[in-house]
Amino acid sequence: MADRATFTQDAMQHAGQLYSAAMRMTRNRSDAEDLVQETYLRAYRGFHGFEEGTNLRAWLFRILTNTYINSYRSKQRRVQETELNDVEDLYLYRRISNVDQASRSAEDTLFDLFTDDEVKAALEDLPENFRLPVLLADVEEFSYKEIAEMLDIPIGTVMSRLHRGRKAMQRALADYATNRGILTRTPASSSEDPADG
Amino acid sequence: MADCNETLRELEAFLDGELPRDVHDSVHTHLEGCMDCLQAFDFHAELRTVVREKCRNDEIPPGLLAKIEACFGEDFDGDGVIG
Repeated sequence: MADRATFTQDAMQHAGQLYSAAMRMTRNRSDAEDLVQETYLRAYRGFHGFEEGTNLRAWLFRILTNTYINSYRSKQRRVQETELNDVEDLYLYRRISNVDQASRSAEDTLFDLFTDDEVKAALEDLPENFRLPVLLADVEEFSYKEIAEMLDIPIGTVMSRLHRGRKAMQRALADYATNRGILTRTPASSSEDPADG
Repeated sequence: MADCNETLRELEAFLDGELPRDVHDSVHTHLEGCMDCLQAFDFHAELRTVVREKCRNDEIPPGLLAKIEACFGEDFDGDGVIG
């Protein structure tokens, strides 16, 4: 069994990532702070259940996710899957590929195209069924299996929610870029796209 | 060898690192010879990086670390060790 010093030292290294994830989950700072605190308290109390040498980060995120689902989710409106606007695959890619190169300066990378707040909002605005898988996969880089265990859903469900959630996020990002005049309102023909046919 | 449609269908699982070895290799081989698909894969890989970096850069509120450490200050069963 690890001692107090080792546990606090190791676990505290993940506080920043846990807080960012808690912000994406709860979407407000006060709840995010409470959620992270609660997560550490539960981790501390349950430390005997953690096997040394296994993945501490995954263990902490599992507690974070469980705590969020059990304590915070009920406060928020449940959104049905059917409310998610569907778009075709490669939606954002096609939209951005159609941008007139002259209207984009050379240093306009994808990174500079969207503000931090826009990307955060695109994720946070996803219905929760989709938000948690996308957060855990794309931001926290957990595997399908780890996410399936954290959310207690089958791996196939993880994959389909990732697919639809990512597309909805791309749709939101395209809308932000359209509103700022970076993308045109009517997508041009995508007949040259390799996915066609 | 996989064609464009088969390759694009595996885009997400490929970037997730979740494809079986043989399928991964087949996609990889296709990408080496297909500029159009490679561009689409590169775009989505870059998008992943953008999302990851922009969604995990929140600054920890002052005082939160101290509050967490205060949680650790309690020895719940009084034996001086965790658990």
